[in-house]
Amino acid sequence: MILARRLGRTFGAKRVLGGLDLHVAEREVLLVTGPNGSGKSTLLALCAGLLAPTEGELEVGVERGQIGYLAHEPLVYRELSGLENLDLYGRLYRVPERRERIGMLLERFGLWEARRQPVSSFSRGMQQRLALCRTLLHEPDLLLLDEPYAGLDEAGADLLDAELAGLSGERTLILATHEPDRVAHLATGRLALA
Amino acid sequence: MTGYLADVGALARKDLLLELRSRDTLPAMLLFVVSTLVVFNFALPAGTGETAAYGLLWVAIVFTAILGLTRAFAAEREQRVLDGLVLAPCDRSAIWAGKGIAVVAFLVLAELVALPAFALFFEPVTWELVAAVGLADLGLASVGTLLAAMAAASRARELLLPLLFLPLVIPVVVGGVGASIADDPGRYLGFLALYDLIFAILSWASFEYVVTE
Repeated sequence: MILARRLGRTFGAKRVLGGLDLHVAEREVLLVTGPNGSGKSTLLALCAGLLAPTEGELEVGVERGQIGYLAHEPLVYRELSGLENLDLYGRLYRVPERRERIGMLLERFGLWEARRQPVSSFSRGMQQRLALCRTLLHEPDLLLLDEPYAGLDEAGADLLDAELAGLSGERTLILATHEPDRVAHLATGRLALA
Repeated sequence: MTGYLADVGALARKDLLLELRSRDTLPAMLLFVVSTLVVFNFALPAGTGETAAYGLLWVAIVFTAILGLTRAFAAEREQRVLDGLVLAPCDRSAIWAGKGIAVVAFLVLAELVALPAFALFFEPVTWELVAAVGLADLGLASVGTLLAAMAAASRARELLLPLLFLPLVIPVVVGGVGASIADDPGRYLGFLALYDLIFAILSWASFEYVVTE
């Protein structure tokens, strides 16, 4: 699904990622680890098509509408409610039975009661839960998750554990995390960036 | 086509809703355009004539547009939402079109206050002026939305937007002033319509390259 040859990315004079060869097969779960600044987020943004490589080649075998990308920021409007944000993304992604799917995700991630509140009133953990709803809304084939446990409390992390367990083997997942032990049992491949 | 229009509608509705909630842009535009006309009222020497008055109105409209455009991508920039929109499978020009509709709406609302104020301080508002302002709004929003997206990615966005925008909208000022004062306004209105058409197509076609690397 993903093939990278000598992949690299430079920002100005700083080379964040360089000479990376990578092959991720369909339905693989790749765990990406490494210290801050090692290029984990850059790799995910490259795979999502948000950044262009400055070196090497990258082939991603899915259309952009089949990518679910969880970034550091939730990528939602703070002035809109959780429901309004998901409704906007649901329309743009042409999600079938949009309302039912949104309702199900909000329920599953414990945001149903807060669905009409503006995102600006959400805690960091609630924003991360909403970001996960947004990422999963269109049932993407390729999930790029950058620090998915960030900001989640134990209940939220347990929910995410269950979600990832359900998705592994069915979707292709690339997980960049500082908590590799939490998802190690799901991983079929590992990439340690230095 | 229906899907494209639905995307544009959803994005424009979102922008209007954001403004309704935050009230960041429109009140500033209203205050600015009225204040500018008041200042011009005192700055313009008595007996200067209608030509200068119409010229100043167009200056006020262009600078009010800049004020609105500076905030056009603020929510997307501050919360990096543009990444989320760019990843959606819809045509990326729909983002431009949706934002452009919202910019036109803000300009029209600002002018609903500005034109009566202009009539109060300076000259009567004619149908030629109203038609020219309407056509100018389309051109200002077309070019301005594209440039606002470009500027949003830059650190010097407040500086970059006027520097790029003002030279490109000189034809709007020429057409607008001409339509306001000429004996044959139709020629200038046609010029404004042609400008709108050309720049709307150029902006629509190039927006994708502006929001992707």
